[in-house]
Amino acid sequence: MSSQVPAAPVPVAPRVETRVVARRFRSKRFLRRAGVNLIGLIVFAVMVFPVFWMVSTAFKPASDILTFTPKLIPSSATLANFEDAINRPYFWQVAKNSLIVVGAVTGFSLVLSFLAALALAKFRFYGRRAFIVGIIAVQMVPLNALIIPLYILLSRANQVDKLTGLILTYLTFVLPFCVWTLRGFMLGVPRELEEAAMVDGSTRFGAFVRILLPLIAPGLVATSIFAFIQVWNEFIIAYILLSSPENQTLTVWLAQFTSLRGTQWGPLMAGATLTAIPVVLFFLAVHRRVAFGLTAGAVRG
Amino acid sequence: MLLAPASIAIVAVLAYPLYFLGKLSFQQYGLPELIAHEGTWIGTENFSRLIHDAEFWRVLVRTFLFTAGAVSFTMLFGTLIALLLARLGGFMRLLLTTGLVLVWAMPVVVAVNIWVWMFDYEFGVFNWALTELGVGDYVNHDWFANPTTGLLIIMGVVVWGAIPFVAITIFAGLTQVPRELVEAASIDGAGPIRIFRDITLPLLKPIFVILASLSIIWDFQVFNQVWIMRGNDPSSDYYLMSVYAFVESFKLSEYGYGAAIALVMVVIMLCVTFVYIRQMWRIGEVR
Repeated sequence: MSSQVPAAPVPVAPRVETRVVARRFRSKRFLRRAGVNLIGLIVFAVMVFPVFWMVSTAFKPASDILTFTPKLIPSSATLANFEDAINRPYFWQVAKNSLIVVGAVTGFSLVLSFLAALALAKFRFYGRRAFIVGIIAVQMVPLNALIIPLYILLSRANQVDKLTGLILTYLTFVLPFCVWTLRGFMLGVPRELEEAAMVDGSTRFGAFVRILLPLIAPGLVATSIFAFIQVWNEFIIAYILLSSPENQTLTVWLAQFTSLRGTQWGPLMAGATLTAIPVVLFFLAVHRRVAFGLTAGAVRG
Repeated sequence: MLLAPASIAIVAVLAYPLYFLGKLSFQQYGLPELIAHEGTWIGTENFSRLIHDAEFWRVLVRTFLFTAGAVSFTMLFGTLIALLLARLGGFMRLLLTTGLVLVWAMPVVVAVNIWVWMFDYEFGVFNWALTELGVGDYVNHDWFANPTTGLLIIMGVVVWGAIPFVAITIFAGLTQVPRELVEAASIDGAGPIRIFRDITLPLLKPIFVILASLSIIWDFQVFNQVWIMRGNDPSSDYYLMSVYAFVESFKLSEYGYGAAIALVMVVIMLCVTFVYIRQMWRIGEVR
């Protein structure tokens, strides 16, 4: 699994042409490049605008928000919306819930998926392919279809409106994905490295600790961050399972800014910003691995 | 032995509910049954009710149209942005990639709330921009009064959120297309469109198939976007499959009937999953 940064395209210098042709060629090329960059800028602006609008609204005083001529940038930046959001009932409790759920799910899924991925990547056994296909297929089952049976089963086990029930549910949604990703990372470690260590007198366990573990450490980090992001963002299961306000997670908590009297946009956008920040930070750290992981080996020239 | 813990967990919380879903869809399961912890077996009654349910067919057609629209737009814009990325200079490419990752990282709930705010009928920035640009008078225009425009906006959030993954993945694939092939073709006089059609497209076909099937799977089960955009209480004009199954179960306490709808969804998704897995198998991911 490669995670290399794509090399910038090497400009092909016009070697054969005469200078005049080269110059004309270059100015035409310059124009085209400027045009492409301009389109790039427009696409960037359009794509990023909603995010910008959220942050901008979050810092706006109320008078800037409820106006018929919206201001792009707050006339005077204020933290009032953030204060409002943080001081809402249960904010800290809910943030704590989110962290507990995320922490527990990430921890458990990492250990379980590590073992499973190890088995899938390093040993050949009967039914291995079937297991792999099963892992992929299971990820495709619509979450919404499973909520109905899960809700009934959890209510029988008295786990509705409890964080433990939520953790258990999340664990199984995150697990197949973690197994799949970790297995990819493990396949990237050449078998020869371990064998070489064992030839040099290391035990199987020693080779595992000194060779495999350090090499897949980045994979473990990436996988746990993805588990973190998935769980942190999840809405529907938490929404249906957790009914009391002190048990909710952040994504469900965001709904309280909308009431029958209307929506308080400023605090809502501040709360949304706070919810998004951890994800954005972690995402920037690992996004390369997803895209490149998926395509590594897919293209054969 | 190493597999055991993970397998047990997966079977317990995924396979068993799936089996239970199947069982539920053949049962009468309402509030009394929920309290009694026991459904009543009614055979295929839920399914025959489903076939005669005009609402179900409307929802099914709407979901197909929605999925087709969302997937087409996602793939189209994703590909265009990937091609753009390949042409951009170093700095602009970094800027655009960072922007895409930022969008990608937005939690769905957050994204939907932003869009609701942008399309607010009173103070939304979109209506203001349209009016300022002279497109027409959109002051106090309520986009959600008409379910068609409302669903288009919901499609907008879905597509907006899905573009970064598709664009970045295709771009990653583009960087792996051998330069010699492209150069050889352009020496032979092929234009950019021809190069894309005859070189890039066939080489990247596996990626396109994977991305398209993933998008279909994701967009077919869109729920959060509809649910939150319509303030946790969408009118029946906004029902997509997953919303319909959800409303039947949790609003009307018709868990058996909801399970039947959900089961239809699972079966449709299985067909798409088959294509996806076959492609993964071909490119050698399943080893």
